[in-house]
Amino acid sequence: MGRVALREGRGTVAIVGAAESDRVGKLPDKSALMLHAEGARNALDDAGLSVKDVDAVLATGRRAANEVPEYLGIRPRYIDNTSMGGCSFIAHLQHAMAVINAGIAEVVLITHGESGRSRVGMDPYVPARQSPMGQFEMPFGVGGPATRYTFAATRHMHEYGTTKDQMAEVAVATRKWASLNPRAAQRDAITIEDVKASRLIAWPFNLLDCCLVTDGGGGLVVTSSERARDLKRKPVYVLGTGEATHHNLISQMPRFHVWDAAVQAGKSAWEMSGASHTDIDLAMFYDAFTIVPILALEALGFCGPGEGGAFVEGQRTAPGGDFPMNTNGGGLSYTHSGMYGMFMLVEAVKQLRGECGERQVTGAATAICHGTGGMLSASATAILSTER
Amino acid sequence: MSDSYRGPLPKPTPETAPYWEALRRHELRVQRCDDCGEAFFYPRNVCPACLSDRLTWVPASGRGRLHSFTIVHAGIATPPLPLPYVVAIVELDEGPRLMSNLVGVDPDPEALSCDMPVEIEFADVTDEVTLPRFRPVGEC
Repeated sequence: MGRVALREGRGTVAIVGAAESDRVGKLPDKSALMLHAEGARNALDDAGLSVKDVDAVLATGRRAANEVPEYLGIRPRYIDNTSMGGCSFIAHLQHAMAVINAGIAEVVLITHGESGRSRVGMDPYVPARQSPMGQFEMPFGVGGPATRYTFAATRHMHEYGTTKDQMAEVAVATRKWASLNPRAAQRDAITIEDVKASRLIAWPFNLLDCCLVTDGGGGLVVTSSERARDLKRKPVYVLGTGEATHHNLISQMPRFHVWDAAVQAGKSAWEMSGASHTDIDLAMFYDAFTIVPILALEALGFCGPGEGGAFVEGQRTAPGGDFPMNTNGGGLSYTHSGMYGMFMLVEAVKQLRGECGERQVTGAATAICHGTGGMLSASATAILSTER
Repeated sequence: MSDSYRGPLPKPTPETAPYWEALRRHELRVQRCDDCGEAFFYPRNVCPACLSDRLTWVPASGRGRLHSFTIVHAGIATPPLPLPYVVAIVELDEGPRLMSNLVGVDPDPEALSCDMPVEIEFADVTDEVTLPRFRPVGEC
């Protein structure tokens, strides 16, 4: 698909409902499917639509294509369980745009529910011994993402001189936003020294370089921009989208110091949107680890290669800084169920609707959401705005 | 053979069995595409550069460079080595990269640097499985 076709997607669909589960955090009283259902119900309530209006269901997970519609009592005519990791929900926006514009569906429901901390109703996560990961990575003692995202950080430090202090700036700034969010798991102020003095998990990551592990869910309702005009909420238009996957195993990442998948996804989103960097009032950049937003800033062109560390210095992304980023408190301090992308999108929608109270970014009209999936494997980008 | 290995064990598949069988003989092999010349890892039945299935197993020198690394301190249920240990991304002289452990060096960022030369060491962790590990060149 060429540039002209990409441009045609701009502003054709809107997010008309966005909500999280009733609570997020440590929820041993909630199964993953209960969190899906809360997200779905709350998003439909937010949109002023009924479950009977839904004709497409998008959710992640091995059985989600059948299980989520069954649980919610929906018989969709479009089903999508693209599961590329935490950024899946951002990619789902692009898929929603495609199916709505193709006339396949009109009201798309995207749901997320994950008992990442309490593990209620969750499948165990152990790669098969015969899988590429089971054969070529697990025997060397890598665990979850905390050990694997390190390789990008280490090489970035080597290539560009990026420092642990610069990475810690991200954690400190994000915590300041979390202090303004009453739902955030971690709200006490921290310093760069606190980050560096926290327990070592996998060098160069200390504990406070790593996201939380929580339980939570959410939902989004997407429809055509024409239908959105008649609904109860101010539409949040999807101006541009992009998605990419470049590897599955972190050991197969083409370049560790450049997030090439993010470059590709971002390029699509920028091209479709016609927006420029100066249009962006708010950035929601997936912060699984402090290095990830630094990589995203470079990949999406907010600074040059290797300049991401310097970009975040001086608390530039904190409340009061000139680059508001991760205003809900991020995966680092707000909540991180495992696939955190849903929470980024809900926050962006609420910011653009002016519903964020103490942490509201004044006059926010255009936001960019960018996520990682897997082990920096996949990327997805969405540019959202109150104006078409 | 080490009696102390408690880490996860790989289970070969049809296309990877020749790699693991070679390691048991203390040989490191990678595949090379007869059509486009690409050397690659991990083992596949098609070349990831051109999808050709005309592939040849070739011996690798076992030498390369430490492309990136981490030092694991916590969070591993069944560690393959005593904590803390180094997990390495090694770039072989032949081109492909693979994950491994770096041994024979202090698990300290001050002792490690990207691009330092490394060479293979074969670790017979069970009767059936030999893992490739690496150590800095010149150390013993």
